[in-house]
Amino acid sequence: MPIDYVLRRVGFFFLILWLAATLNFFIPRLSSQNPVRERMIEQAVLGGYVHAGMDQMVEEYERRFGLDQPLYIQYFRYMGDLLQGDFNYSIANFPRTVREMLAEALPWTIGLLVTTTVLSFILGTLLGAFMGWPRAPVFLQYVLPPLLALHALPYYLFGMVLMYVFAFKAGWFPIFGAYTAGTIPTPSLEFVLDVVRHATLPALSIILVAVGGWALTMRAMVVTIQGEDFITFADAKGLKGKTIFLRYAIRNTMLPQATAFALALGQIVAGGVLVEVVFGYPGIGTVLFAAIRQADWFLIQGAVFTVIVAIGLATLILDLVYPKLDPRITYRRA
Amino acid sequence: MSVTPQVGEGASGPLLASPAEAIPEASQELVKSDRVGGFVRYLRRNRSLPIGLLMLLSLVLFSVIGSLLVDTERARPLSVMAIQPPSRELPFGSDRQGRDLLAVMIAGTPLTIRIGLIAGLIGVGLGTVLAFVSAYYGGMVDAVVRGLVDVGLTIPGLLVLIILAVTIREGISVNQMALVVACLAWLYPTRVIRAQVLSMRERAWVQVARLSGMSGPEIIVKEMLPNLFPYLAAALVNSVSAAVLASIGLEALGLGPIESPTLGMTVYWVQFNAAVINGWWWWWLEPIAILFILFVGLFLVSLGLDEIANPRLRKTV
Repeated sequence: MPIDYVLRRVGFFFLILWLAATLNFFIPRLSSQNPVRERMIEQAVLGGYVHAGMDQMVEEYERRFGLDQPLYIQYFRYMGDLLQGDFNYSIANFPRTVREMLAEALPWTIGLLVTTTVLSFILGTLLGAFMGWPRAPVFLQYVLPPLLALHALPYYLFGMVLMYVFAFKAGWFPIFGAYTAGTIPTPSLEFVLDVVRHATLPALSIILVAVGGWALTMRAMVVTIQGEDFITFADAKGLKGKTIFLRYAIRNTMLPQATAFALALGQIVAGGVLVEVVFGYPGIGTVLFAAIRQADWFLIQGAVFTVIVAIGLATLILDLVYPKLDPRITYRRA
Repeated sequence: MSVTPQVGEGASGPLLASPAEAIPEASQELVKSDRVGGFVRYLRRNRSLPIGLLMLLSLVLFSVIGSLLVDTERARPLSVMAIQPPSRELPFGSDRQGRDLLAVMIAGTPLTIRIGLIAGLIGVGLGTVLAFVSAYYGGMVDAVVRGLVDVGLTIPGLLVLIILAVTIREGISVNQMALVVACLAWLYPTRVIRAQVLSMRERAWVQVARLSGMSGPEIIVKEMLPNLFPYLAAALVNSVSAAVLASIGLEALGLGPIESPTLGMTVYWVQFNAAVINGWWWWWLEPIAILFILFVGLFLVSLGLDEIANPRLRKTV
C-alpha cells in the first residue's frame, strides 16, 4: 500500500473530526444566547436534583466558555479539551462526566450495530447475487419484492411493529433493555443468552430492513456483469458455472458494493440510534434521547461527536482495506 | 422480471448487443409518431413508475378529500375522548391527549410531505447549481465542492441536524423544520448531478455546441439541462424521501414542531406514551402505514425514473 494513499485517507479522517468538532462549536453560537446559561436556568426552574452543584457548574462553564475571551481563544480551548477526550460534565446528571456516560453506552451500540450491519450486508449481498444469476432457484424471485418494500421503512418504525407482535402480543422476547433488570453482568452463559434474547428484536428490525437494499444493488450488478466480455470468455473457456459465479461475477461486484457500504454507514448508524430509543437499548441512542429531553447540552454534543468519530474510524478502516479488494487503486494517483 | 430469460442469453455474448443498440432508435421513432400512445405503452413496461405515482396520488387524495369531510381542528388535543380504539364515530381512534387520529392523519400527511418537498427542492436546486459550477468550471472550485461533499456525506446528517435543531428548538415551525433539513439536503444531489455533468461535458453534441459559438451558460441551460431532466427528477424524488426520513427522525427524537400534527410528531407521541407496549395498536399503526405508502411510493417512482434516465437498465429490470 503506497504511503501517500494511507496518508491521504488518514488526513481525510482528521478532516472529518475537525469539521465535526467545528460544527459542534459554532452551531450553538449561531444563536446569540448562551445555551449553557439557558439550560441551567431551565434546569433550575424545573427544580430538583441539580441544585447542589449549580454554583460550581456555572462557575466552571463560565470559565470554560470564557465569555470575556475572544471567540478564537474559546475555540482553541474547546479543541484542546476535545483532543483530551474531555466532554465536560453532564448537566442533568451533574457529578458524572459525559465521558463516563458515553463509555458505558458505547459497547452496547457497537455490539448491536456492528453485528447487524455486517450480517445484513453479507446476507443481502449473497441473496442479491443469487437472484441475479440465471441458474438460481426460482423461489428467490418471490423473496425480493417484500424485502424491497420493507427496505423503504426506517428501522425503528419496523421495530415498533416487531415489538408489538413478538414482544407485546406473543411475549417471546423482552420489551425493554439489554439484559434483565436486576441481574449483574457476569461472563456466564446464562447472561450471554439473556443479552442475545434482548438484542434479537432490535437486531432483526435492522437486518430485515437493510437486507433488501443490498440485495437490490447486488442483483442489478450481477445481471449487468453477465453481459461483459470476460464472462463470455470464461464461459467459452469451459469454466464451471460455480467458478464463473464466485471468481468472476461476485469478485468484480465486490468493489462497488464495498464503496456503497462505506457510504451507507452514516445512514445505518443514524437509523440505529432510533432503534435503540424504541427498544430502550442502553446505547448511545438512548443516552442521546434522554439528553435531548433533559436539554443536557454537553451530553448531546459529546454523543454526537463520539458517533461521528466512530463512523470516521470505520470509514478509515474500510478505506485502508479497499486496496486489498481493488489492486488497481495502488497505481492510481488522484 | 419477465425479462430474465433474455438476461440468461446475455451470457452467450455479443448477440445481445445489437438488438439492445437498436432499441433506442426504434423507440425514438415510436415516440415521434405517437407520443401519447408510446408513453402509455412504455408505462406498461416500466410498471414501477405508475404504481408509485398512484400510491403518492392516493395519499394526496386522502388528505384533500379528508380535509373536506373531516374537521381538522379535531387534530388538536382534548377534541375527543382519549384512547378510543377505532369505532364508528372515530374510524381511526384517538390518542392519549384526545386527538382524533383521523383528523391528525389528514392534517399531518400534507405537512410531512411539505417538509419533504421544500427541503428536497432546495436540496436539488442548490445541488444542481453547485454541480454545474463545480463540473463545468473545474479547478479549485471543483476541488472544494468535491471535498465538502465527500466529508459531508461521511458524517451522518441526522446528527448535525440534531445539533442544529437543539440550538433553535424554541417553537420551531413546520417551515423552519424544512429549512433545517434542507441544510444538508444538497450534498447527495450535488454528487450525483456533478457526475452526470462531467460525463455529459465530453459528449460530442456539447463539443459541437461549443464549436458553434454558444456561451457556457447557454450550453448549460439550452443543451445540458433538458438532457439532465430525468436525472434531476430522480434526484428530487430521492431528496424528498431522504428529507422526510430526516424530518421524522428529528421529530421522533422530540425535536420537531411540537404543536403540529405531522406524522413524525405522532410517532414521537407514540414513543412518549409507550403506545406499543400499552396495546394501543391503532395509534402507531396509522402513521407507520401512511409513511410506508409514502416511502414505497417514492421508491417506486425513483426506480421508474432511473430506468428512463438510464436505458441500460431497461433490459435488466
